[in-house]
Amino acid sequence: MNKIFIGMGTCGLATGAGHVKTAVEKWAAARDMKVVVTPTGCIGYCKAEPIMDVVTDDGHRVSYGNVTADVAGFILDEVLVRKNYKLDGLLGQFKNGTTPLPGIPMIEEHPYFRKQVKYVLRNCGVIDPESLMDYRAHGGFKGFERAMGMSSEQVIQEITRSGLRGRGGSGFPAGKKWELALASKNAKKYVICNADEGDPGAFMDRSILEGDTYAVLEGMMVAGYAIGADEGIIYCRAEYPLAIERIKKAIEVLKSEGLLDAPVGPAGFQFKLRIKMGAGAFVCGEETALMASVEGRRGMPRPRPPFPSVEGLFQKPTIVNNVETMANVSHIMREGAQSFSSMGTQNSKGTKVFALTGKVANAGLVEVPMGITLREIVFDIGGGIPGGKAFKAVQIGGPSGGCIPAEHLDIKIDYESLKSVGAIMGSGGLVVMDEDTCMVDMARYFLAFITSESCGKCIPCREGTQRLYEILDSIVSPYTKMADEEENLLRFNRVLNMESLAQVIKDTSLCGLGQSAPNPVLSTLRFFRKEYEAHIYDRKCPAHQCKGLLTFSIDTNACTGCTLCAKKCPTSAIVGEKKKAHYIVDEKCIRCGTCHDVCRFDAVSVS
Amino acid sequence: MINITINNRKIEATPGATILEAAQAAGEKIPTLCHIKELFPSGACRMCVVEVKGKPNLTPSCAFPVEEGMEIQTRSPRVINARRTITQLLLASHPFDCLTCPKNGYCELQSLSSEYGIDRVPFQGKTRHHYTDFSSPSIIREPDKCILCGRCVRICEEIQGVAAIDFTRRGFDTMVLPPFEMDLSETTCVNCGQCTLACPTGALHEVRAVEKVIQTLQEGKKYLVAQAAPAIRVSLGDFFGLPPGTNVTGKVAAALRRMGFRQVFDTDFAADLTIMEEGTELVSRIRKNEKLPLFTSCCPAWVKYAEIYYPELLPNISTCKSPQEMMGATIKSYLAQKQNIDPKDIFVVSVMPCTAKKYEAERPELSSEAGIADVDAVITTRQLNRMMRIFGIEFGSLEEEDFDRPFGAPTGSGDIFAASGGVMESALRTAYHLLTGKDLEKLDFEDVRGMSGVKEAAVTIGERTIRIAVANRLGNARQIAERVKQGNSPWDFIEIMACPGGCAGGGGQLFGYDPERVQKRITAIYSLDRSRTVRMSYKNPAITAVYKEFFGEPGSHKAHELLHTEYEPRVVQK
Amino acid sequence: METTQQTRPIDEVIAKYPKAREHLISILQEVQAEYGFLSTESINRISSYLNLPSSKIFGVATFYNQFKLNAPGRIQVAICRGTACHVKGSLNLLDSCRQLLGIEVGQTSKDGLFSLETVACLGCCSIAPAMMVNGQFFGRLDKKKLEYLIETWRASGRVEE
Repeated sequence: MNKIFIGMGTCGLATGAGHVKTAVEKWAAARDMKVVVTPTGCIGYCKAEPIMDVVTDDGHRVSYGNVTADVAGFILDEVLVRKNYKLDGLLGQFKNGTTPLPGIPMIEEHPYFRKQVKYVLRNCGVIDPESLMDYRAHGGFKGFERAMGMSSEQVIQEITRSGLRGRGGSGFPAGKKWELALASKNAKKYVICNADEGDPGAFMDRSILEGDTYAVLEGMMVAGYAIGADEGIIYCRAEYPLAIERIKKAIEVLKSEGLLDAPVGPAGFQFKLRIKMGAGAFVCGEETALMASVEGRRGMPRPRPPFPSVEGLFQKPTIVNNVETMANVSHIMREGAQSFSSMGTQNSKGTKVFALTGKVANAGLVEVPMGITLREIVFDIGGGIPGGKAFKAVQIGGPSGGCIPAEHLDIKIDYESLKSVGAIMGSGGLVVMDEDTCMVDMARYFLAFITSESCGKCIPCREGTQRLYEILDSIVSPYTKMADEEENLLRFNRVLNMESLAQVIKDTSLCGLGQSAPNPVLSTLRFFRKEYEAHIYDRKCPAHQCKGLLTFSIDTNACTGCTLCAKKCPTSAIVGEKKKAHYIVDEKCIRCGTCHDVCRFDAVSVS
Repeated sequence: MINITINNRKIEATPGATILEAAQAAGEKIPTLCHIKELFPSGACRMCVVEVKGKPNLTPSCAFPVEEGMEIQTRSPRVINARRTITQLLLASHPFDCLTCPKNGYCELQSLSSEYGIDRVPFQGKTRHHYTDFSSPSIIREPDKCILCGRCVRICEEIQGVAAIDFTRRGFDTMVLPPFEMDLSETTCVNCGQCTLACPTGALHEVRAVEKVIQTLQEGKKYLVAQAAPAIRVSLGDFFGLPPGTNVTGKVAAALRRMGFRQVFDTDFAADLTIMEEGTELVSRIRKNEKLPLFTSCCPAWVKYAEIYYPELLPNISTCKSPQEMMGATIKSYLAQKQNIDPKDIFVVSVMPCTAKKYEAERPELSSEAGIADVDAVITTRQLNRMMRIFGIEFGSLEEEDFDRPFGAPTGSGDIFAASGGVMESALRTAYHLLTGKDLEKLDFEDVRGMSGVKEAAVTIGERTIRIAVANRLGNARQIAERVKQGNSPWDFIEIMACPGGCAGGGGQLFGYDPERVQKRITAIYSLDRSRTVRMSYKNPAITAVYKEFFGEPGSHKAHELLHTEYEPRVVQK
Repeated sequence: METTQQTRPIDEVIAKYPKAREHLISILQEVQAEYGFLSTESINRISSYLNLPSSKIFGVATFYNQFKLNAPGRIQVAICRGTACHVKGSLNLLDSCRQLLGIEVGQTSKDGLFSLETVACLGCCSIAPAMMVNGQFFGRLDKKKLEYLIETWRASGRVEE
């Protein structure tokens, strides 16, 4: 019997992991071989999805990337039948107690993994996330058992000693939050796990939920014990169907195992867990909005105090921690505070998971110790910028974060250092941008996101972000009929207003979403002011991204008059006779770029 | 007390007070747009932000408690800039029709713009649009003017328990709308108008009536008479800079007369008439021990609320028309006969502290069989003020005059209809007489007075103890109605008024949701009561006369025909 | 999604929930899963079941992106507008999609086959640009791939598992 592991997280499935599984089963059936296919979560190297690990007869686990359904059979033939391991897509072999296969690199030596430290992601892509047995075999629930032998105060001390700070964004020390909740005398308390990961460009929590479901639930149970809560709620985005399914299954398993809904440990700790599905509102990542949503209301934040640890869900003391924080808790409880606090910087301990995406060769999920430099993440792990393009900036922290330009690439990542350059740790979205990315467009993109996700409660966020967006939009929009100078003056005026408006929004908004909403503008303005100026004064987009500022024209020499562009043009802006050069009527052109895309003779130029 | 510093001035503050409360106590004005006294701070408008030393962002003073040693700046450049910007942001999506807006001069956004010297709006772009909803007979909704402060939503839900409107959509597209974007008339709205008091802008205001009244006055074809509700006398002064609760009864009469009304009446009389009818009804029900508890029916918002939510309780509601309708009906019958005027020519204008009275006047069952309505037009206190200004009537120059006397002088038992508990108190004074034939020695029922939401008492009359309850604010009415519905109510007689504090806090009064001001009006009403020679309805000589000359006796056939009505269950979008 | 399936009566759908406001969103989700959208009748039924004013339910239903108040198409295309997708050109993809389907975001095609919407982030940024169609993820899209997919669905009238 051979074991096969296939990464079947969302990104694996989206790239065809399901078909790979079918292919493997067909392959086995045809040869009358017995194989057990175990679906795992995501190992993080999404670029190489679908990923398949084959366990050889002698117990070696060898991992292959980019395994499509067509090549799966070939790989199995080679590995299991011909014992030939050196194949295209080989990622490496796992360290699993066996003597390593000679000549085959270890997977952690792969350039993508070499600088990573898998602390919280250790099980993702390795274990079967739906198997409690497998989780236990990898040390699962040892941390919870250890906590059961300690007092609440001791558990909190352990977490405080580890230096764990909330991984959801603002980095509030987890131990301190728990302490406040423990101090609130109330018979009823709640633990909420915020799995409403809404930052566009972030999928750390999804991967943990899909790949190591039990670790999150274990962390919640430890938290419940520590603060004296008897009920936990995991608030998960509806956009994560696989995660939801796995959480639901895991809760049922824990119930049947007597770990939930029944007294556990010497103190007779009894905990119940349930899942609540979010309904699509970014603002519900804010804890008071989240609680409103759990209560069945519009997800609108409320002022604090009272703080949730004193008066939270249903007016009861409540702690809210995100997925990565909860998963860390279970590992810290198992291996002790030291295992976590030995990594990282002075004030930011442990590791952080980032979703590395955008214009980077190796997109995926990376876990790195705090204090690593951005350069290492982007170039050593991420493999740099594809297509020979130049690095421009990374956007970190999602819509609340900021852009960090090349000159700060050597910044050591921790909560404080990021703040000093106008960004935030956020939940861990890390989007790489190259020379083709327009920073004004990025700022506008984030503002568009914020305006559509603002809850609409407080004036500065509801009205202010809309106006900020409109100012940015006017910067990237084409000329109107106004005289150039007049229009430039107006634009200049708007930009002057933009900065002061951004400050007021930051200063007065009700919740973190609004307070950080202007960050993408302020940070791009800080590092890429020239790019703004090019848009405003020269009416040019240096990155050629802002369509409103582009001009499309046809090179009469190159044009063969094939008429394809004229046929495809959605606004009939292209005129010309057959077999003669064509022209673009600028007034009609909506800058959709279709002509440029369809031209087979490179005759359409953009400037 | 704890020590704080506001604008470098050391002051003492009450522990647990918010920064806003402490600042106000120290005489520092902080603007607010979403704040409602009594309710949990919403923190939506951010106008009340102040600078607190050591805090990175500005702090909303309405929601943040004072702490020992706190150093607060309420007017630093940073704070003022923030408030100016917020005001500008509101103006950027607000229609610029201030000069023709019904709220002109009373708009909080307008005064903020003026106070902060906003001389330009640097932002422009998208605005929110929704048609103006004229469907309600009482309230006009102009969502375009809404600044989404949420006061109306919270009053409607948290105070009145009606929730006819709520926030819909989100972000910039947020709007306060009825469910499914229906018209207000199709919803559970009971027309109480508390939302119009709370609304800081022109987004919610009452239906126009002044034009029609003026036109009818000037055409001269009708015989115009006016009646003024008890609450008007202690609230009209608000519009002329008088301290809240100033008694201006004589000026109300004088102003109406100067406008050209042929006769001006005090609704106090109809209040006493109501007591005679309702008291008789109560005594009869108590004697027969049927259809108890009896609910009062003076408040049209409550009646509508019961028709919507408690159809099973409709038999328990007094069949008496409200005083405004009794007044109208009596004018168009008794008075018409007595003074030989064709009822069809009479045009009754009511001055009411209430927007629901507009709706009540339009109820079809409150017209005679010949189609003559008891009341032809209703103007609110606010609209009386408007009319006086249009007519150029200088309030200060008005000599005090009496109301016309076919209906006698004002009575204490009529005056106190303006306050929650007043109807109950008047009814008890008369019921005592009806049951025992004697006069009450102590007329004051302190237990049923005041602003608190539910008041209860037990009154021994002869051998019988009558248990009573008084509720104001419909959210409280619901609690009482639920108990009655479930059959475990201990009460015999229940008074319900929709507005906080009763009609003194009516939805047609001076803009602004202000319980303290209402309390002052109530205090003034009770001192008026004490000053009156007649304080029991049955001792009102005009009442004796009207029964003797016209109705016969309370509960007579004629009285039923003219002074009583009926109710029907109402199906709306709940 | 499966319009051919018999739907359950609404009372049956909501009966298992306790009558408390905290279950409102779960109820709305299940009702929408059953009927594809939240009709006025559904909301009124939920309103009387929970004894909660319909204004409150309408407020909640219009707040969250997930809820639809009109019947969606049989094939629901949701283009991801997350950061990673934006950087990889999802705006162009959205434009192409609007052209291909002939509808704007939030609309349903006249034949009731397609509806188009955007989502904040699907969380599969590493395969950007991405979209979700009837619960299935499609990644690393470009105009050609999109054209091919849409033409296939248009021809078959459904999305293959």
